[in-house]
Amino acid sequence: MPDLLQQLLNGLSQGSIYALIAVGYTMIYGIIQLINFAHGDVIMVGAYVALGCALKGLGFIPSLAVAMLTCAILGVLIERVAYRRVRPVSRLAALTSAIGVSLFLEYIMMYFLGADLRTYPAGFFPERTYSLWGITINNKDLLVLGTTLVLVLILQYVIYRTRTGKAMRAVSFDGQASQLMGINVNSTVAITFFISSAMAAAAGLLYGIYFNSVQPLMGLMPGLKAFIAAVLGGIGSVPGAMLGGILLGMTEALVAGFGGSMYRDAVAFIILILVLLIRPTGLLGKGVQEKV
Amino acid sequence: MKKWVKVAALLVVVLALGLAAGCGGNAQKSAEGDTIKVGVNFELSGDVATYGTSCKNGILLAFEEINANGGVLGKKIEPLVQDNKSQNREARNIAERFVSEGVVAVLGPAVSGAVQTEEPVLTAAKIPVLAPAATAPEVTYDEKTKKVKDFIFRVCIIDPDQSQVMANYIYDVLGLKNGAIMVDKNNDYSVGLGETFKEYFTKKGGKIVAEEGFVSTDTAFKPQLTSIYSKKPDFIYVPAYYNQVGLIIKQAREMGIDLPIMGADGWDSPKLVELAGADNLNNCYFTNHYSVEDPSDLIQNFIKAYEKKYNTTPDAFAALGYDTAYLLAKAIEQAGSAEPEKIQQALENIEDFEGVTGKLSYDEKHNPIKEVSIIKLENGKQKLIKKMQPKH
Repeated sequence: MPDLLQQLLNGLSQGSIYALIAVGYTMIYGIIQLINFAHGDVIMVGAYVALGCALKGLGFIPSLAVAMLTCAILGVLIERVAYRRVRPVSRLAALTSAIGVSLFLEYIMMYFLGADLRTYPAGFFPERTYSLWGITINNKDLLVLGTTLVLVLILQYVIYRTRTGKAMRAVSFDGQASQLMGINVNSTVAITFFISSAMAAAAGLLYGIYFNSVQPLMGLMPGLKAFIAAVLGGIGSVPGAMLGGILLGMTEALVAGFGGSMYRDAVAFIILILVLLIRPTGLLGKGVQEKV
Repeated sequence: MKKWVKVAALLVVVLALGLAAGCGGNAQKSAEGDTIKVGVNFELSGDVATYGTSCKNGILLAFEEINANGGVLGKKIEPLVQDNKSQNREARNIAERFVSEGVVAVLGPAVSGAVQTEEPVLTAAKIPVLAPAATAPEVTYDEKTKKVKDFIFRVCIIDPDQSQVMANYIYDVLGLKNGAIMVDKNNDYSVGLGETFKEYFTKKGGKIVAEEGFVSTDTAFKPQLTSIYSKKPDFIYVPAYYNQVGLIIKQAREMGIDLPIMGADGWDSPKLVELAGADNLNNCYFTNHYSVEDPSDLIQNFIKAYEKKYNTTPDAFAALGYDTAYLLAKAIEQAGSAEPEKIQQALENIEDFEGVTGKLSYDEKHNPIKEVSIIKLENGKQKLIKKMQPKH
C-alpha cells in the first residue's frame, strides 16, 4: 500500500509539471487553434535564463521573475514574427512555422551554449525530505504542485473575471465577430502568448530544479507529453489541461513502477491515440459543432 | 522566374562542389609530407562530452610531449581534431573526411557505439583505429561471424572484466548477497554490463532480486526506484553514463534510499558530482581503468603534466587518451614507417606496452588484459580501494 501511494505521489509531481506546460498549449490552441510546438522550447529558454540568473547569484524568486518576463517577451516576439502573418492563410502553415521556431530555438541554444548538460548551483534551492507513514516527500514535490495550483487559479481568475479575459474568450469563440465588436484581436493574441510563455518559463525552472539538469533539448519530451495531457483533458480547457497533466503523470508513474518502465512513453502515446479515436474533445472539452 | 533559375543554378554548383570534395581525396592515402597526420574523432559536445574532451586532452598532451622530443621517425605528429557531438552518424561522417584527408590512423571516438559506427569506413580504407575507451566486447570481435575486426584496437579493458571484478568485490569483500540492477535499455554498454554482472554474481551464489530498465531520454526515475526498494536489495548496480547515473543517485537519496550504489567506468566524470551532489555520492563504488591515487612515477608524472596544462585532475578517460597516443607512437616506431597497414601489423605485435592505465599486450581478440581499479566516492572525491585482476 505505501508503495502504491508513493507511486501516485511520484506521478503527482511529474504530472504537475506536465500540467503547467499543458496549460500554455491549451491557451494558445483555444485562442488561435494553433498547436504551438515551440512551447516546449520556450520552457528550455526559461530554464537557461533562470540558470543564468542563478549563476549571477540571484535567488530563487528573482530568477523566476526574470525568466518569466524574458520568456513572455520571447513568446510575443515569436507570435509577431513567425505566426501573425501566416495565421490567416492556413492552420497548417502556422503549424509548420511553429516546428521551424522549435528547431530554431533548440539549435541556436546549442550553437551558443553547447549541448552540455548543466546544473543549478548547489544551494540555489535548499532541499528537504520529509517522511510520513512510509512515504517520502521532497519539498520540490510540494513546490511544483503548489506553483502549478497557484498559477492555474490566477489564470482562471484572469480568464473569467477580467476584461482581458473576456476579450480572450470572445476571440477564441469567434475572431471575426469580436473584431467587429471592437476587440483588438492581434493584441489579445499577443497577451495570450505573453501569459502562456511566462508560465512556460516557470515550468522550465521547476523542471530544471526538479531534475537538476538543463540542456538544449530538455523541452522536447515534456513538450510532447504536455501536448498529450492537453488533448487528454480537452484541448482549449485550462482545468482540463491541469487534470490531463496529473492523470498522465500518475499513469506513467504506475506503468514505470509496476514493471513496465520500457513502455512508459509508449503508454503515453497510446493514450493520445485512444483519446483522439474515442473522445476527440477530451475529458473536459466542449463538443463544438462544425459551423455550416 | 529569374530568381528561381538563380537558385537552381546555385544548388547545382553546391551539389557539384560537394561531389568533388567527396570523391577527390581517396587517392592521397599515404604518409607523404613532413608531418604524420592522425585523426582525432571525439565527443567534445553533447551527451557524453566529458568522456571525449578528457580523451582528447590526454591525446594532445601526449603528442605535444612526443613532438617536443623530436617526434616519431624524425617527423612531427599532426593531430586533426574533430567534434562528433556525441552522435554516431557524425562520427562516421568525420571518419569519411579523415580518409580523404589522408590520415595514417584514427584515435577515438570514446564510446563503443560511435566506434562501431565509424569502423566499416576505416576498415574499408585499411586505416587502423585506436579506441581509448570503447569497452563493449563486440567492438573488436564479431560474435556472429567469429571474426576479429583487424583494424580496431582498444586500450581499455572490456566490459565483462569490469562486471566480473565488481561482482567479486561485492560478494567476497563487502559480503552483500542480494542485488538490484538498473540499466539503460537503449545503450549496449549498459545492457551488456548488466547481463554479465548478473551472470557472474549469481554464479558466485548471490541473488538478483530486482531488475529495472529505463530509456536514455528518461529523467524521472522515482517510480523504478520505489519498485526496486520494495524488493529489499542490499545494493543497486547501475552501469550507465554519468548524465543518468547522477539523476538516479540524487533521486534515490531524496527518497531516503541509502543503499550502496555501484557502477562502472561510465561514472567517471566531474559532472557526476554536480548532478548528484557530493553528499549523495557517499557509499557509492565503481570500477575504473586507473586511479589518480596510484603512487607509481609514470602515473604521478602524467598527473602533474596534465594538471599543469589543463588545470584539472585527469580522469580515466584522459589517462586512456594519453596511453592511446603513446601506443600509436610506439607502433609507428616499431613499424619503421607511418603507412597505415604497417602500423596495423605493429599494433598486432605490441608486447608489454607500459602505460598510465597499466601494462598492455593484446589477446587474439585485440583486447588488452589489465587490472581493474575499484574506486569509492567519499564526499565527491574518488578513493582507490583495490586493484583486482579479472580471470579470463
